[in-house]
Amino acid sequence: MTKTDFLTVDGRDVPIEGERNLLEVIRKAGIDIPTFCYHSDLSVYGACRLCLVDVEGRGIVASCSTIPAPGMVVKTKTEEIREIRKISVELLLANHDQSCPTCPKSASCQLQDLARRLGIEKVRFKSTHKPKEVDRTSPSIVHDPNKCALCGDCVRACHEIQGIGAIDFAGRGSGSAVVPAFGKNLNQVECVYCGLCSSVCPTGALTPKSEVDDVWKALDNPKKKVVAQIAPAVRVALGEHFGMEPGTITTGQIAAALKIMGFNQVYDTSFAADLTVIEEATEFLQRKTKGEKLPQFTSCCPSWVKFAEQYYPELLQNISSCRSPQQMFGSLAKDMLPEKLEVDVRDLVIVSIMPCTAKKFEAKQAKFQANGIPDVDHVITTQELGRMIEESGLSFKQLEPESLDMPFGFKTGAGVIFGASGGVTEAVLRYAVEKIGGKKLDSVEFKAVRGEAGVREATVSVAGVDVRLAVVHGLANARRVAEQVKAKECTYDLIEVMTCPGGCIGGAGQPIARDRADAKRLRAKGLYATDKMLEFHKSQENHMVAECYAKHLGNVGGEKAHHLLHTGYRSRKRIRETELDLLNGANAKKLKVDVCVGTSCMVRGSQQLLHQLIRYLEEHGLQNDIDIKATFCFERCGRGPTISVGDTVIEKCTFEKACKALDKELEKMKISQQA
Amino acid sequence: MPQTLKKTTQRLRQFEKVCEILDRYQHDPMKLIPILQAVQDEYRYLPEEVLAYIATSLGLSPARVYGVATFYAHFALEPKGKYIIRLCDGTACHVKKSIPVLDALRERLGLSEEKPTTPDMLFTVETVSCLGACGLAPVMVINDEVHGQMTPEKAVAYIDEIIACEEKK
Amino acid sequence: MSTAALNLKKITEEYACDAERLKRRVIICAGTGCVSNGALKVFDAFAAEMAAAGLNFIPELKPESGSGTYVSKSGCQGFCQMGPLVTIEPEGILYTKVKPRDVPEIVKTTLVEGGIVDRLLYQDLVDGRHCHGTQDIPFYTRQARTVLKSCGIINPEDIREYIAGGGYEAAMRAYKEMTPQSVCEEIMHSGLRGRGGGGFPAGRKWDITRKEPGPKKYVICNGDEGDPGAFMDRSVMEGNPHSVLEGIMIAARAIGADEAYVYVRAEYPLAVQRVRKAVQDAQSLGILGENIFGTGQSLTCHVMEGAGAFVCGEETALIASMEGKRGMPLPKPPFPAQSGFCGKPTVINNVETLASIPIIMQMGAAAFRKLGTEASPGTKTFALTGHVANTGLIEVPFGTTLREIVNNIGGGVTDDNGNLTGGGFKAVQIGGPSGGCLTEENLDLPLDFDSLKSVGAMVGSGGLVVMNKETCMVKIARFFMQFTQNESCGKCVLCREGTKQMLSLLDDIIEGRGTEETLDLLDRVARAVQKGSLCGLGKTAPNPILSTMRQFRAEYEAHVYQKRCPSGQCKALLTPEIIAEKCKGCTACARKCPVGAITGAVKEPHKIDPDKCIKCGVCKETCKFNAVTGV
Repeated sequence: MTKTDFLTVDGRDVPIEGERNLLEVIRKAGIDIPTFCYHSDLSVYGACRLCLVDVEGRGIVASCSTIPAPGMVVKTKTEEIREIRKISVELLLANHDQSCPTCPKSASCQLQDLARRLGIEKVRFKSTHKPKEVDRTSPSIVHDPNKCALCGDCVRACHEIQGIGAIDFAGRGSGSAVVPAFGKNLNQVECVYCGLCSSVCPTGALTPKSEVDDVWKALDNPKKKVVAQIAPAVRVALGEHFGMEPGTITTGQIAAALKIMGFNQVYDTSFAADLTVIEEATEFLQRKTKGEKLPQFTSCCPSWVKFAEQYYPELLQNISSCRSPQQMFGSLAKDMLPEKLEVDVRDLVIVSIMPCTAKKFEAKQAKFQANGIPDVDHVITTQELGRMIEESGLSFKQLEPESLDMPFGFKTGAGVIFGASGGVTEAVLRYAVEKIGGKKLDSVEFKAVRGEAGVREATVSVAGVDVRLAVVHGLANARRVAEQVKAKECTYDLIEVMTCPGGCIGGAGQPIARDRADAKRLRAKGLYATDKMLEFHKSQENHMVAECYAKHLGNVGGEKAHHLLHTGYRSRKRIRETELDLLNGANAKKLKVDVCVGTSCMVRGSQQLLHQLIRYLEEHGLQNDIDIKATFCFERCGRGPTISVGDTVIEKCTFEKACKALDKELEKMKISQQA
Repeated sequence: MPQTLKKTTQRLRQFEKVCEILDRYQHDPMKLIPILQAVQDEYRYLPEEVLAYIATSLGLSPARVYGVATFYAHFALEPKGKYIIRLCDGTACHVKKSIPVLDALRERLGLSEEKPTTPDMLFTVETVSCLGACGLAPVMVINDEVHGQMTPEKAVAYIDEIIACEEKK
Repeated sequence: MSTAALNLKKITEEYACDAERLKRRVIICAGTGCVSNGALKVFDAFAAEMAAAGLNFIPELKPESGSGTYVSKSGCQGFCQMGPLVTIEPEGILYTKVKPRDVPEIVKTTLVEGGIVDRLLYQDLVDGRHCHGTQDIPFYTRQARTVLKSCGIINPEDIREYIAGGGYEAAMRAYKEMTPQSVCEEIMHSGLRGRGGGGFPAGRKWDITRKEPGPKKYVICNGDEGDPGAFMDRSVMEGNPHSVLEGIMIAARAIGADEAYVYVRAEYPLAVQRVRKAVQDAQSLGILGENIFGTGQSLTCHVMEGAGAFVCGEETALIASMEGKRGMPLPKPPFPAQSGFCGKPTVINNVETLASIPIIMQMGAAAFRKLGTEASPGTKTFALTGHVANTGLIEVPFGTTLREIVNNIGGGVTDDNGNLTGGGFKAVQIGGPSGGCLTEENLDLPLDFDSLKSVGAMVGSGGLVVMNKETCMVKIARFFMQFTQNESCGKCVLCREGTKQMLSLLDDIIEGRGTEETLDLLDRVARAVQKGSLCGLGKTAPNPILSTMRQFRAEYEAHVYQKRCPSGQCKALLTPEIIAEKCKGCTACARKCPVGAITGAVKEPHKIDPDKCIKCGVCKETCKFNAVTGV
C-alpha cells in the first residue's frame, strides 16, 4: 500500500488523494469555500478571489490554483481572509443591478447566497453600476449584462465544452463585458442555444428564456385544449426543485400537477422517442445495407443540428433525417389529436416540458410548422415547470401520482433512456440487433455505450456484421469526431451526439445542482431504473406505436411517416450582417457579384478566385460595371467555392466558370440597356 | 466619377493586402495581434467585416477576435482622423501639466473623451499612458512626430497650422 | 555569410583600421527626445555645411570611407532636456540644445579651426561655468554608466562598432567554452537581480528553466516598458540593441532555447526599428541563426510589437498576448519557467537585465558583485523626471542615496517653471504605479531592492519622479489609481472593481466629500486588493495609496477633516478670495465674472462671494496683480 500524504486544513488532517488543487481538498474536508469562477469541468481561471486561503509560509493564495502539497498548513477563515471575501462581494454588489427579488435566478443566485452567508448587511461602496440593455432576442436565453460578475464561466463553458466561443470578453478593465462578437445580439451569432452558459452562470446574467406566461395564458383560455408532453429527463430532475434527491422518479406527480393546473392531456415524449427509434433505426439499416451516407449521426439534439448546419455543411447528409422526439410528437399530435379530442387544430396547444433550452429554438423553426401553425406551441424547461407548480401552490411531494394519458402516454424503456448520453444508441441497438439477427434479444442492456466519457466507442457484432458506434457529448468532442469523419480517419457506422454533458439529463433547463457531476449520475441512474421497472424495453414492443403505424402512419419510413416524422437540413451562416464591400462600380446599372469567403469556400480556394476575378476586372476595365462583395455564406458549403453573378449562383466555381458567367451577364445587361 | 473608382480600387487593394497579410502569417491564430496590427495599418482601423473575415480565416470565433481587438488600446474599431494627436499623460507629463494642454486641444476642436474624432475626420485626440519621452514632458505626438515641452498655446498653434495647411489643399 | 567566415577578431581589426583613418567623429544624439527637438535636421545641416566647407562627410563608416569626419547618430545620451546633443570626438566637446542654425558655426569653429563654441556648452546651474564635456557635467560625473556605457556613444545601427568594442565575445564564449550550467552559475554568482520590478535573481530563474525537461524552450525579452515615467528600456533598445541581443543569446545558451522573442512596446517605434535591424544584421553575419559559432546550436530571434496594454508587462499576460489572446494574467503556478509560451519552459527577462548579461560575462561575476550593495549588486538605471533641474536617464550603483540623485545628479528641485527652489523637495515617487513615495526622511536611504521594500516602495522598473512642495499627494495617489484603473485587465474582481472604488473614494476626498469612513474604507479596500489580487499589477496597484497614506497622513486628514488641501491643488477645497493688500480695485475681475460673484467699489479691494463663485478661474486669469487665490 502506498503511503497517503496529508495536509492540515483549519487544524485537521486531510488526506491528499489526487486532487487537482487545494480547493478540492478543502471541499472534501467538508469546508465549503465559496467560489464564482471555479467549475470542476472547466479550466482554472482564478478571477473571483473568493477561494483565498492562508497557506503557512506562502501567505494568501487562491486555493483553486494551488497544488496541494504534503504538510501544507492551510487556514480558510482568518480575519484577513474573511475581510477580503467580504470586500470582494461588496465590490461585486456595488457594480450589480440589485433587483434581486424580480431576478429569475433569485432562488439559486450564488451572489445572493454569498452575501447572506458572509452577513453583508450593507454595501459600503458607492454604486458604480451603469444600466445596459438586456438582450432578449434569442429564443432560448436572456442575456442581462447588468447582472454579470465577469467570472467568465459562460465564456469558458461555450469555448471549452462546446468548442464554439459564441460569447467572449470584450473591452478591458472596468469596461469589460461578456458579449457576442461585435456586441451583436445572441440571435445574430453562432450560439446554438444549448444554454450551458446559463446553467453555469452564478447570477442572473444568463438565464433560460421563460415561456411560463404563454402557457398560463393558454391554460386560462377556455377555448384552448392544452396538451403536455414530458421529456424523459424531466421526471428524474424536477424533484430537486422541491428538495428531493436527484434521480427521484416523479412522473406520476408531474402528471397530477399538470392536470391540476389545467392541462387537458398529459403525454410522454418517450412515446415519440420509441417512434424515433423505429424510424431512425430503419433509416440506419438501409444506409448500412447500402453502405452509403455513413456514419449516420443522430438528430435528436437541436443544438448539435444547428452546430452541424453552421460548421459541417458537408456532413449534413450524414445526419439522420428523423425529427427529434419533441417534433415527432408535435406533428403527430397536431395531426391526430384534433379528431380525438374534438378540437380545432388552432385551439390545440402543445406544450413541451423539456430539460433543454434549445428545444425552444427548435420548436420555433419555420420547418416545424404546418400551414402556419407550429407543431409545438410552447416549450418550458424543468425549472419553469417547477416554478409553475410553486406558483400554483401545490405541495409537489404530497401529490397523489396519476397516470399518463393514452395513447401517447405509453412508452417502453428504450424511449425513456433517451434522456441519458448513450441512450439513443442503446435504444436503436435494441431494435436494430433484433432486426439484423432476426431473433429475439435475451438481454436488452448494452452497457458498452453507457458511461460518462466525452467520447465512447463500441462495436456490436450481430450475425457477422460489425456495427461500429460512437457516443459523444459536448460539442467540442463532437467537433473532434466530425473532423475525423471529414478526414475519413474513422469508420463509425452510427454516432450519437448530445450537446449537454451527460446528455439531456444534464440539460440547461434542469434544476441547478450544487454537485453537478453527482446530480447527473443520479439522474441517469433514475432513467435506467425506470427502464427496468417498465414492462417493455424495446421500441418495437410499444403496441401503441404499432397501432399508430397501422391506423395512421402506414409503413415505417413510408410516405406519411416521412412527411410527419422527417425533416431536412441546410447550411447556416454563423454570423449575420458581415459582408465586405469590395467594389462599388460607378455606373448606374451594375452587375452584382458575391463571392463566399466562409470557411469551407475558403478551404476550397475562394480567396484565390477573388484575387483572379479582381485582376480580371481591372485588366478588362470593368470596375465600373460591377459590385463585388465578399460574403460569408451562401449556405451551400458542400459545393464551394460558391459565387453569385447577378441572379446565377455558381457552385464549385472556377476562374473560367466565373469569367464566362460574368461575360454572359454583362452582355445581357448591355442588351437590356440598349433596349 | 474617378473619385468612386479611386475609392473602390483602394478597397480592393486593401482587401488583397489583408489576404496577403494572412498568408504572410500562414493563417496562424497565434499571430492574431501582428495580423491585426498590419491590417490596421492598412485601414487605419479595424472594420467589423474585416475582423469577421480574419476570424474565419484563422479558425477563431469572431467573438474571440473581437475580444482581442477591444482589449488593446492600439486597436481602433472606429475610423480615426487623418491627424492622430496623442497627448502623453505619464507621470512626468502629468506633473508637468499635460492636462491643461489636453483641455486646450479638446476645446479648440470641440472634442471630449467620449468624442475623440472631429466630424470632418481630420483630427483624433487621445491620451496615452507614457511615450517614454519623459525628459521632454509634457509631450504631444502628431501622427508619429514627437513634440516636447508642450504648452496649451503651442499645442493649439500646431492645430491651427495643420488646419490652415489643409484648407490650402 | 557562413559561420565559418564569422570572425569577430577580423571585424574588430577592420573596424579599428577604418576608425583610425578618421580625423574626427561627430555624434548626434538621435534618441526620441533629441529627435523630437530636431536632431535629424541637425544631422542634415552637418551634411550640407560640411560639403560647403569642403570636408569629407562620412555618414556610415566603411572600409572605403577614407579620412574625414564621421557623423554618426547615437541612441539616447540621457540628458534629454538639453537636447539635441552633439558630441565632437576626439576633443570630447558636448554641445547642447543645438539647432540647425548653429551648425555652420560648429563646422567653422570646431571642425575646421579646432576651437570651441562657448555659447553651446552646458552651463552649470549653480556656478554658471561652461562645461567642456561630459567629464565636467555633474549630471554625468556622478553616475556610474555601465549598462548605458556605450549607449549614446556608439552607432546603434552599426553591428561592426558593437563587435569592435568586444561585443558578442561573451556570447561566443558561452556557446563555445561554457556549458549551460556554467553560464547559469556565472550569473548566479554575480547576484544579478531582475531589473523589471520584483528583483528575482536572474541566474536562479535561468537555472530553474534549464532543469525543466523538454527540447523546446523559449527566451523572451520583455520590452513592454509601460510604467508612466520610465524609459530606460527604450533607451537601451534604441541606443545599444546588440547588447540586448547578446544577453538574449547567452540566456538561450543557458537554458537551451533555440527561439527567442523580443516583445517591444508599440509606443516605441524607433526601438522596434533598431532591434529589428540589429536582429537582421546579426543574422546576416551568422551570429544568430543556424550553427552559431560553429557549435551546431541554433537560435532564431523574432521581434513582436505590443498593442497597448500595460498589464502585458506581467509575464503570463505577456505570453497570452504573444499567443494572440487578450493579455489577461493567469494564476501561477504554473510559472513560465515550467509552462510558458506555447506551454513550453520559458525565461522572461526585462531589457536592462539582459543588457547587463554581456557586461557581467565580460567583467566577471566577482567584479560585478563589487558594484552596488551586497544583496543588490550592480548598477541601476533610473528615469529621473519631474520637478528637478536635470531630467533624463541616469545610471547609478545600487546603494546610492536619493539625496545624491536629486541634488547632485538632478541638480536640485525646481518649481513648476523649471527654476531652482532651495529646499522645495517634498517627495520622490519611485517605481511608478506599483511603487511608493520616499520623503525627506528617506533622502539618505541607500537605494536597493530591499531597503526600498522596507519603506513600502519598490525599485519597480525605475521611474523616479521628483515632486516639489506644490504637489498634492492625494492627487498624486489619484493619478496613479486612475492609471491602474485604466490599465487593469478586468479579470479579477479585486483589481477591476477595487481600483474603481479606490479612485472614487479618492475623488470624494479631493472634492470635499471625504469622511472618517472614507479614509477607513480606502485603507481596507487597498489592503484587500494588495493581498488578494490575481497578478502583480493588482497586488501592487494600491501601493501609491498605502504609501502616501502612511507618509502623508496629515495631508489626507487635512482634506477630510478641515476640507483643506495643504498644497492648494485641490480646487474643490479652495476658498475663493481676493487678497486685499494686492487688489488695486481695477474692477476687471468683477466685469469678467460670469456669475456676478465679485463685488467692490472702484479703487477699493474687491470681494468674492464664495456661495456664488463657480471657481471658473476667469478672475484669476484677468487679474494683473495676482490678487486672486483659491479658484
